Amino acid sequence: MSEMNYQHEVRGYLTGFALALFLTLVPFAFVVWGGFGAVATLIVLGGCALAQFVVQLRFFLHIDLHRQKREDLQLILFSILLLVIMAGGTIWIVGNLGMRMM
Amino acid sequence: MKHPILHPGLNLGPHHGEAHEQAETLAFGFWVFLMSDFIIFGLAFATYVTMANPMGLAGGPGPKEAYDLTSVFAQTIILLSSSLSFGMASLAMRFERGRGAVTFWLSVTLLLGLAFLFLEVRDFAHMIDIGAVPSRSGFLSAFWGLVPLHALHVAAGCLWIMIMIIQMRGFGMISLVKTRIVRLGLFWHFLDLIWIGVFTIVYLGGLAS
Repeated sequence: MSEMNYQHEVRGYLTGFALALFLTLVPFAFVVWGGFGAVATLIVLGGCALAQFVVQLRFFLHIDLHRQKREDLQLILFSILLLVIMAGGTIWIVGNLGMRMM
Repeated sequence: MKHPILHPGLNLGPHHGEAHEQAETLAFGFWVFLMSDFIIFGLAFATYVTMANPMGLAGGPGPKEAYDLTSVFAQTIILLSSSLSFGMASLAMRFERGRGAVTFWLSVTLLLGLAFLFLEVRDFAHMIDIGAVPSRSGFLSAFWGLVPLHALHVAAGCLWIMIMIIQMRGFGMISLVKTRIVRLGLFWHFLDLIWIGVFTIVYLGGLAS
C-alpha cells in the first residue's frame, strides 16, 4: 500500500515538473524567436506565468479546490486581492503620471 | 488517501503521529509569513514595472544591455529542478525511506540552489562591470531591489538546508526535525513561485517590451 502511494505521489511531482517545464519553455521560445509583436508576447508571457503559478501550487504545494482545509487558499486569495489593489494601483497611477509627463 | 489535509505542502500523514499533528499550526503560521513575503515581492515587482520605461532608464543600461537570457534560462531550469528534488526529499521523509534518502535529496537540492546562486552572482558581477549599478537609474534601483532580494532568500534557504542536514544527523528524524523540514519545503517551493514572476516580468517582460 505504502509503495503504491509512494509511486503515485512521485508521479504527481513529475507531472507538475513536466507541466512547469513546458510552461517555462514556451515563454522563453516566444521571446528568443520573437517577432509576434509586444502585445501578443506579453499576453503569452502572462498566461504561461499564471498557469505555471497554479501548476506549482497544485503539484508542489498541494493547494487546490478539493481540500477540506480552505484557509490556506483563502489566505492566498486575500494576499492576491491586496496585491491587486496595491501593485495594480501603483502601476496604474505611476503609469498615468508617466504618460502625462511625456 | 482519505485522511484530511492539514496544511499546505506535503503532509506527513497520520502515521507520523505527533509531528503530523504539530505540523498543522506550525505550517499555517509559516504560511502567513510567506504570504506577507509575497506582498513584499509583489510591490517590488510593481516598482520595477513602473520603472521599466525610457524615463525610468534615464539613459542608463537597459534590459538588452544588462540581461543574459541564456544564463537566466539555466537559472530557471536549475531552480525548477531543485523544487522537484525537494519534493523527492519530502516524499522520502513522508514514506519513511530512511534518513539517508532524505539527506541525499536535500543535498541534491542544496547543490542546485548553490549552482543557481553561482550563475546569478556571475550575472550581477557582469552588470556591475558594464556600469549597471543601482545608483545609475530608477530602473536599475528597482532591479537591484528585487532580484537580489530573491537571491538572498535562496541563500537563506541553502543555509537552512545545511542546518537541517546537520540536525538530521544529530537528532535523528524526531518530530522537531520533521516539522522544520516541512516548513523548509514550503519556503523552497515558494521561492520557485516568486522566480516565475522574476523570469517572466523582469527578464522576459523587460526584453519583450
